[in-house]
Amino acid sequence: MSEAQQDKATTNAPASAPTGEPPVPKAAVEEAKKAANKKPEPATRAQLVPAGIVGAKMSEIERAVPLDEPPPLPLNSELKVIGKRVPRVDGRLKVTGAAKYTADVRLPGMLFARMVTSPHPHARIRSIDTSAAEAHRQVRAIHILDRVLGNAELRDKSKELPAKFPIVRFAGQPIAAVAATTQAAADEAARLVKVVYEPLPFVVDMDKAREAGAPLVFPGPADQSGSAGGGGGPAGVKQKGNVRGPVRSGPHGQPPGDVEKGFKEADVIVEGEFRTQVQTHSALETHGVVADWKPEGLTVYSSTQGTGSVRDELAEIFKLKKSQVRVVTEFMGGGFGAKFGAGNYGALATHLSKKAGAPVRLMLDRKDEHLSTGNRPDSVQKLRIGARRDGTLTAIHLQSYGTAGTGTGAGTAGPAQNMYECSHISTEESDVFTHAGPAAAFRAPGHPQGCFALEQLIDELAERLQVDPLALRDKIDKSDARREERRIGAERVNWSRRHAPSADKGAVKRGIGVAQAVWYRLINLDSSVEVRLTRDGSVELLSGVQDIGGGIRTALAQVVAEELGLKPTDITLRIGDTAFPNGPASGGSMTTGSITPAARNAAHKLKLQLLEQVAPALDTTPDHLVMRDGVVSRDLPSTSKAYKSMTFKQAAAKLQTEQIAARASRNDDYGGFVFKNEKDAFGFGIGTYGGVQFVEVAVDTETGIVKVERVVAVHDCGRPINPLALESQINGGVLQGISYALYENRILDRNTGKMVNPNLEQYKIAGSRETPVIETILIEEYVGRNSTDAGGIGEPSTIPTAAAIANAVYNATGVRMYEIPMTPAHVLAALKGGAAKKGVNA
Amino acid sequence: MNSFEWTEAKTVEDAVARMGGSSVVKAGGLDLLDRMKEGISTPARLVNIRNVAGLDAIREDAKTGLHLGPLVTLAQLDASSLVRRRYTALADAAGHAATPQIRNVATVGGNLLQRPRCWYFRSEDFHCLKKGGDTCFALEGENQYHAIFGNRVCAIVHPSATATALVALGARLELTGPGGKREVALEDFFVTPEKDVRRENSIGEKELITAVRVPPLSQGTRSVYLKQGEKESFDWPVADVAVVLERSGVRCTRASIVLGAAAPVPLRVRAAEEALEGRAVNEETARVAASAAVRGATPLSRNGYKVPIFETLVRRAIMAAA
Ligand SMILES: Cc1cc2nc3c(=O)[nH]c(=O)nc-3n(C[C@H](O)[C@H](O)[C@H](O)COP(=O)(O)OP(=O)(O)OC[C@H]3O[C@@H](n4cnc5c(N)ncnc54)[C@H](O)[C@@H]3O)c2cc1C
Ligand code: SF4
Repeated sequence: MSEAQQDKATTNAPASAPTGEPPVPKAAVEEAKKAANKKPEPATRAQLVPAGIVGAKMSEIERAVPLDEPPPLPLNSELKVIGKRVPRVDGRLKVTGAAKYTADVRLPGMLFARMVTSPHPHARIRSIDTSAAEAHRQVRAIHILDRVLGNAELRDKSKELPAKFPIVRFAGQPIAAVAATTQAAADEAARLVKVVYEPLPFVVDMDKAREAGAPLVFPGPADQSGSAGGGGGPAGVKQKGNVRGPVRSGPHGQPPGDVEKGFKEADVIVEGEFRTQVQTHSALETHGVVADWKPEGLTVYSSTQGTGSVRDELAEIFKLKKSQVRVVTEFMGGGFGAKFGAGNYGALATHLSKKAGAPVRLMLDRKDEHLSTGNRPDSVQKLRIGARRDGTLTAIHLQSYGTAGTGTGAGTAGPAQNMYECSHISTEESDVFTHAGPAAAFRAPGHPQGCFALEQLIDELAERLQVDPLALRDKIDKSDARREERRIGAERVNWSRRHAPSADKGAVKRGIGVAQAVWYRLINLDSSVEVRLTRDGSVELLSGVQDIGGGIRTALAQVVAEELGLKPTDITLRIGDTAFPNGPASGGSMTTGSITPAARNAAHKLKLQLLEQVAPALDTTPDHLVMRDGVVSRDLPSTSKAYKSMTFKQAAAKLQTEQIAARASRNDDYGGFVFKNEKDAFGFGIGTYGGVQFVEVAVDTETGIVKVERVVAVHDCGRPINPLALESQINGGVLQGISYALYENRILDRNTGKMVNPNLEQYKIAGSRETPVIETILIEEYVGRNSTDAGGIGEPSTIPTAAAIANAVYNATGVRMYEIPMTPAHVLAALKGGAAKKGVNA
Repeated sequence: MNSFEWTEAKTVEDAVARMGGSSVVKAGGLDLLDRMKEGISTPARLVNIRNVAGLDAIREDAKTGLHLGPLVTLAQLDASSLVRRRYTALADAAGHAATPQIRNVATVGGNLLQRPRCWYFRSEDFHCLKKGGDTCFALEGENQYHAIFGNRVCAIVHPSATATALVALGARLELTGPGGKREVALEDFFVTPEKDVRRENSIGEKELITAVRVPPLSQGTRSVYLKQGEKESFDWPVADVAVVLERSGVRCTRASIVLGAAAPVPLRVRAAEEALEGRAVNEETARVAASAAVRGATPLSRNGYKVPIFETLVRRAIMAAA
């Protein structure tokens, strides 16, 4: 059942007539309900909008556009601000340290907090004695958690013996927190909390957890409620032991066909088993909040990707009205998907603030961060692909297992389901519970893993068919964007010089590889913006949307400036605060595509109001006025006799009131969605994003060191708003991809279940010397779905990197890497075992 | 971190008088503070020697060789043209350790005396043999970065890059204690776990390193240090090697070959040295010496990959020194 269908099923629950009133016929109630539920179709106008890829194929297509939408924007080449390389409007604040992040917030009387966490991976808590901590002179409050957020929960609670405190299911699970007048005192007092544990059997290895008789993480089926913006698998899935699944359908339902039949039709079958590791988000800024509980309401400064989702979760936990909770994220130091909810730390800090009657700051340290705030699940994927001699794919079959620890959502099937045309696709994704920290959405959940398998096997297929890997993709990939990206990238990287596998003499061998991405066009319709103009000519934009580093603050300034004929620096931006109109959570690569159309629509409305008021002074009507370069004028050449103009400032001074304002929300995509989830205002847009990356590597076959020397990343994201910020995003995605492919690995001690590298020294992340030459190329793709036609880039930019590196390593050495990270240990083993470990070719 | 008292030593004698018991010397403080933050070292008092005058000299004397004060930083070793020209292995060892920021603060004395990086040792969650517990968690656990030699009791690798180079260069330490000064060959200074698992060297509780001395090198001596980490930035070696070759004509007259990150102490591999001494240095003899260097390795469950890397580095270092 698709999410859209599920939604219908719940909203159509039978209505019962209120008692004490005359009975109303049931059918009439149903009718009325239906009418109320069904939003009237907005009146539309037919409009021609630009469509296609600049430099390849451009045309105009007709779309039904709601009447309150502004006219279509011309191509970027005809615009002044949008599509130009605009330095971040807050860049100076950031590099000078003036920008205040959550960790910098200092409120009068603020206390500092520290969590008490479990050292055991699985245990029952016998008792918690807080008396020694309470006796500490500087301690002001202690709180013990009665519910752990993030872990999956048993469907049937009676399957487990009742417990006074939550069962510990992973080492690092938060238990309590202490607030004191200094951080040192809080750290000290947290150690004074005496917890008596009854350790229980545990399993942290996914393969072992799948075995019959493995210690159970949950004594019955369990579900994890995904937090806003992603993470968590579907609910209600069948479960046996620790294995939950298989799930056979994706966001578009179950893929078509009958793979057995497909494999019978195949002339060639390739297959392999691929393994990926657990990666932690490791954002530079750790998770944390400053919670300030007051009788009239709660204010929380939070390092979050979703001011709105944190507000909603805290309102629910503390039984407050949403209007009583204010969440502020002025500047944010990275999230990657793990920062949507209030988190255990957020709940704890709020409890402590409530108890102590003072603001409480709780920032996690790096160890907490690695252990308890989310990760990218690992995977073992058996992938099999069948094809005809001409390359046509006849069957794709994926069986994957992954552990999201105590959470769910370790599926990897996205790329297999969506990248290539194939009439028979079957994907079976299973989650395996282990006693390890719960996963969270992580930059394109499931996709870097899935791509690592799929894109290597497609290369292997090309080799078997004796065709160039790009030519094969041209044959089986229907995406126009990727076709163009392959062409541009191949030219830039000079693909034609690519040699046969392992052609270099000597110890160091070089190679070139390619891999590509597919990602969904997700839209959050709960994206609203207010734009204000004051008589002195100042313009302000207000929205709850938070800038998590991607640069949405600057993009919003550009869109408003373009519409009003101003410069981005003319716009004052107030964002990241739930006191403003609701903004989207920043995840799923949906921020820009969701909020910039709302911003343009609001700015357009504001412009109409202004023009209405100043038109008489320019002897015309509003529709004959234009605003550009800080001037309002009649739409005539300035040489014309009838030309009349005034500056934007002069126009503002004519306002009849001190301030005018306009507000707009994201409309549905022109032409609608594949499906729409009314409950959380989430739209699954038509079409997908692509992205193709080419990688050059050098492999030292004597030391096993893989060095990425150059990456050419060619991407699409609809209409680029700020190419400068987009390049930063792509650089970041590529670096995170390199880091994932070669270095990062959460290592749990197999004997104790504890993480041995919960720091940034032994949890290895690519650094300056691991950074290759990265060349980013953006194509401009217009789809005419909304008033800015902008899309997202965060996720596609990291999806194909690991796969492209693996393909390049194969080209260098003639040996396929079935496992990441490609550390010297793995590479030397693969080079030595080479053929033995090779996927079996049928 | 526990609260502690901070005291400033004015002179060597002053520092020595204040040391011992729960008072600990702090030089750059990098290693010490890391341990204190994790709660595995809890000194009541730090004796800062950073401001003691005269401990940061680099000088050379034709008769006595190179003299280094203990407060010379890794960055200074890397930047000194004297060290780089004559004692290349030491300059490269210092220059490839850690990160530029760390090298600016890290002292050579502190570098030689830093405690091991074994992740079980560094975590308060594991009370291992070295900390007075009764197991080595690495032997049956996650040992990919551990020792491939001398690893039966405790499988740490000695963490100091400068030690690898300095042992190969035949360095000696000057130690000053309450009873005066003594000198010890660096090679004999380190202590194996078999002898005492709780310590890595034989410095006395109230002793200070007051100088590091490298004897004069004969004309035509070449030294090379090679490090292989999984990453180049911000990472430790999985293998590092220092090779010092003295030659007469094409023949090697004396070789000194030391493996770092291989064993609980910097490991001099005599079999490899003997494979070179008296022979011409070329690809063939380098290969024979490299294979002798790793003979007898006893890798653990996850660190067998280090063996071929050491073999490669030894061969490459010999060829670079030839
Ligand atoms: C990310 C990272 C990577 C690193 N990589 C490397 C690497 O690749 N190679 C490498 O070698 N090192 C590396 N290091 C370690 C670093 O070089 C050492 O921590 C540093 O050299 C210690 O010097 P210090 O002066 O700060 O010592 P301190 O922390 O001040 O002292 C260390 C110990 O020595 C004692 N001590 C210091 N000086 C004296 C003295 N003169 N007499 C008696 N006792 C003394 C102190 O009491 C203390 O116990 C790395 C560190 C980090 C954080
Ligand atoms: S190798 Fe040494 S330091 Fe590490 S766990 Fe074993 S005994 Fe402890």
